[in-house]
Amino acid sequence: MRKPSKPTIPAMLGLEKCPSGIRGLDAVTGGGLPRGRPTLVCGSSGSGKTLFGLEFLVRGIQEHNEPGVFMCFEEREKELAQNVASLGFNLPHLITDKKLVIDQVAIERADIAETGEYSLDGLFIRLSAAIAAVGAKRVVLDTIEALFGALGNQTILRAELRRLFEWLKDQGVTAIVTGERGDGTLTRQGLEEYVSDCVILLDQRVTEQVATRRLRIVKYRGSAHGTNEYPFLIDATGFIVLPITDISLNYTVSTKLVSTGIPKLDAMFTGGGYYRGGTLVVSGASGTGKTSIAAQFIDAACRRDARCIFFAFEESPDQIMRNMRSIGLDLSRWVSSGLLRFTASRPATFGLESHLSTMLKAVEDFKPHIVVIDPISAFAAAGTTFDIKAMLMRVIDLFKSRGITTMCTSLTRAGEDDESANGVSSLMDSWILLRNVEVGGERTRTLFIIKSRGRKHSNQVRELVITDQGVDLVDVFVAPDGSILVGSARASQEQMDKVTALSMQRDMRRKKAHLLRHRKAVEAQIAQLQAELAAEAEDVGQEIDEDEANALGRTIVRETLASERESAGRPAVAAKTNGGKR
Amino acid sequence: MMAIVKARAKPTSAPAKPAAEWELRLYVAGQSPRSLAAFANLKAICEAHVSGRYRIEVVDLLKTPQLSREDQIVAVPTVVRTLPPPMKKVIGDLSNTERTLVGLQLRPAANRPKE
Repeated sequence: MRKPSKPTIPAMLGLEKCPSGIRGLDAVTGGGLPRGRPTLVCGSSGSGKTLFGLEFLVRGIQEHNEPGVFMCFEEREKELAQNVASLGFNLPHLITDKKLVIDQVAIERADIAETGEYSLDGLFIRLSAAIAAVGAKRVVLDTIEALFGALGNQTILRAELRRLFEWLKDQGVTAIVTGERGDGTLTRQGLEEYVSDCVILLDQRVTEQVATRRLRIVKYRGSAHGTNEYPFLIDATGFIVLPITDISLNYTVSTKLVSTGIPKLDAMFTGGGYYRGGTLVVSGASGTGKTSIAAQFIDAACRRDARCIFFAFEESPDQIMRNMRSIGLDLSRWVSSGLLRFTASRPATFGLESHLSTMLKAVEDFKPHIVVIDPISAFAAAGTTFDIKAMLMRVIDLFKSRGITTMCTSLTRAGEDDESANGVSSLMDSWILLRNVEVGGERTRTLFIIKSRGRKHSNQVRELVITDQGVDLVDVFVAPDGSILVGSARASQEQMDKVTALSMQRDMRRKKAHLLRHRKAVEAQIAQLQAELAAEAEDVGQEIDEDEANALGRTIVRETLASERESAGRPAVAAKTNGGKR
Repeated sequence: MMAIVKARAKPTSAPAKPAAEWELRLYVAGQSPRSLAAFANLKAICEAHVSGRYRIEVVDLLKTPQLSREDQIVAVPTVVRTLPPPMKKVIGDLSNTERTLVGLQLRPAANRPKE
């Protein structure tokens, strides 16, 4: 998190602040420590005071070009350098560069006998020389309480300390003074009397075998400051303070959509898919298919060349990849092509803040488009519900502000589906529930969408199948009575439907055949009647012909007779052809 | 203890005197009443107990501030017995003679100091 932290608390005019360079602290203090004044950092041993001081100096040199002086009363210069070398602070280098002076004050009670009045001018002179040597603007005294053990005269000592802090103010250096926590007082020797401009308390406590470090600003004169306890971490690069107030609900959102990897599930969301940059939780009891859905989501994303990180908190990456191979998803090729990164650890190994920091770092490093956290319910082993929710809030807020689409899986106990998935459902934009139902003597996987902010979604319960080609949804099957059937009930209903369809078809065929026959019969009848009619017509025709012929014959005879009767005086008429048959 | 010291305020080796058995170094920060008193007290104590066999060096830390770090001086005035070994250190204006003697173990005879 190397971006300069923007102060979220406005600094009041008049008090200049010195950016500490410690990640997260400047946000909490509204800009840093009070410039030109001493700050008291107290805590029990091992709480990180020395490191705090050293990081303050080192960052001051590296980032703000302000040289510093570290006056140590307890450790040796070489030990200090060794201790912080692993954080990447190269103290010897800074010393040779004349940016840093480490002055170790060796003071042993046994060596010193007090013979009268004295002052601590020697200390002043040393400090003055050191500041002058590098032009220091930052000073750390760690831990000046050691003087109390060495010098017996408390009156002188306290007076001199008061003088020292006034002197430091006069020098215009921003100083950090460390003190060991006392019982009931902030510091054992009451340094808070003298150093009261700003007091920071470092705390380390162990709850349920997990140690967490917390930082609290007890007092900050002249400035508003965050008053809560903030968890912090000391990791491989130094201090990180993780304030929750760093989260502002201010981020731009996208209207673009991202496919879920399961086409039919995409179809359940109007428009198809999740919002880019949104958060989604897939919850369900054991064995309902959450990790498979997550893996398919990633597979689809990698096919689109999107970068993904898979945070696994229960299974090892190899195991996940092996299991997914059995349903036809090959995640290992995305890993080798660099599009997918797995990060796995057991939640109980570290405190929640460590996990937060690991996730943040991985995201900073890899800059993914998609993140899967599987499962978030595993964090119950590392903290209380409240803590988990706070941490997840930070994680999700960070991802959202970077436009990363996040999918979390959550294990719920069977029968507790509607419990709001570890209390985090309010952080999520979409929530898909997986449930195995027992119907007709078998368990079928079902899926439905409980909520999807900003999108219309289907309210149907769909049957989920995990096949050799991945996860898929079965088409909705509506029974004749309007209910939706799944599993073997559906299969049997489908079968029955087929049978009914077949028999209906047969009925139809039979009826058709019957009609055909009937038609044929009727046609045959018609043919017969027509034949009879034709025969009758023919007979009648013949009779008519005969009648006509007879009539014609009779006419001819009559005419012949008539002509023959008159023919005694007439020439013979040519005999007409007989018959006149026409 | 440290190696041979560099140029100081006033080296006081008188010729033809035997090498001083006791070497004491007084660290002061400028000429304050306290440092003057310390010097006077030291002188008096030395005269009283190891007369003739001592040498006092005065180191003004305002002039040579790096010595405060090198010699690990925190309080002022500080008197360091460099010779004879072992090195002994006392702080204060030496107004308490008894403590000074005990602290610097200035008794020439082998007096076991009550520590």
